Amino acid sequence: MNQFIDWVSQPWPWYVAGPLIGLTVPTLLLIGNKTFGISSSLRHACAICVPSGIPFFTYNWRKEMWNLMFVLGVLIGGFIATQFLANPADFILSDQTKADLTALGITDFSGLMPSDIFTWSTLFTAKGLLFFVFGGFLVGFGTRYAGGCTSGHAIMGISSLQWPSLVATIFFMIGGFVMTHLLLGPLMSLVGF
Amino acid sequence: MKVLEKNLQAEVCDAPNSQKDIEKGVALIKYIIVGILFGIVFVKAEIISWFRIQEMFRLQSFHMYGVIGSAIITGIISIQIIKRFGIKTISGETVNIPKKEFRKGQIIGGFIFGLGWAITGACPGPLFAQIGSGFLVVFVTLLFAIAGTWVYGKFSDRLPN
Repeated sequence: MNQFIDWVSQPWPWYVAGPLIGLTVPTLLLIGNKTFGISSSLRHACAICVPSGIPFFTYNWRKEMWNLMFVLGVLIGGFIATQFLANPADFILSDQTKADLTALGITDFSGLMPSDIFTWSTLFTAKGLLFFVFGGFLVGFGTRYAGGCTSGHAIMGISSLQWPSLVATIFFMIGGFVMTHLLLGPLMSLVGF
Repeated sequence: MKVLEKNLQAEVCDAPNSQKDIEKGVALIKYIIVGILFGIVFVKAEIISWFRIQEMFRLQSFHMYGVIGSAIITGIISIQIIKRFGIKTISGETVNIPKKEFRKGQIIGGFIFGLGWAITGACPGPLFAQIGSGFLVVFVTLLFAIAGTWVYGKFSDRLPN
């Protein structure tokens, strides 16, 4: 048993993780005729908490409870993996990325997330405004405008051979490249990195 | 009224529910379990890592491309198998995959999401897994993602689509 835990505690390679994620598609279809997608949960949260009479949020969200249960599961899964299956070894990042991010002002490369950004102490600073408020807003606004995120479009949509999802995925990537290569540097220096 | 309801349903999100019966209580547990397994994969393959997303957009590692690419290939094969053999859901229904219509939003919204993805280092799925992993401040990111969704809903009829 301990050997097994040690074995699964190593970081999983892409050829293990990718197929497992892909299998979520038929699993959800077969256990309940559900189409895989995560950003919908954000819409359901609006429909439940602040529908405000907006037609876009006025629908039978009770029928979509499964989606909220799914994301609750993702949160619990994150907890289990971190508490019980954590990788004891150092986090490995490509040297080039490390160099690039060091140039942007990141100093901590010890974990999955840089403590230069993802801590409570940055929340009420300009850094928090960029990474949590602005970034979060773009993610929520953009996914809904696009009608889905990486799961709904890139994985579910392309898996079912729907070309609009391929278009969406291409623009997800273009947006990411533009932010990473053109905007992130200036934005980070603006907020004090 | 019936027609209106149908239109609203057709518009509902990227993850519509095609099952006829509304599931409640215990029937929902299976989705929590699938979610848990999914969340574990997210953490163990380090997909929740802000660093991995930076590596991806800087083309300095194949990892994320391998994950997304092999997930899509697995999905394509699975759906083809379901279709070819007419596999039914566990409650005996025919599997239904709603068609996605092309809209300008997939271009404009997709681009905006991409900008956000490179800042937060997370698409919506990993946001939940990051919170579960103990990066509690990401809850704020989630709140603003919900706010962004709400603002889209509020102004959706005034945006090009």
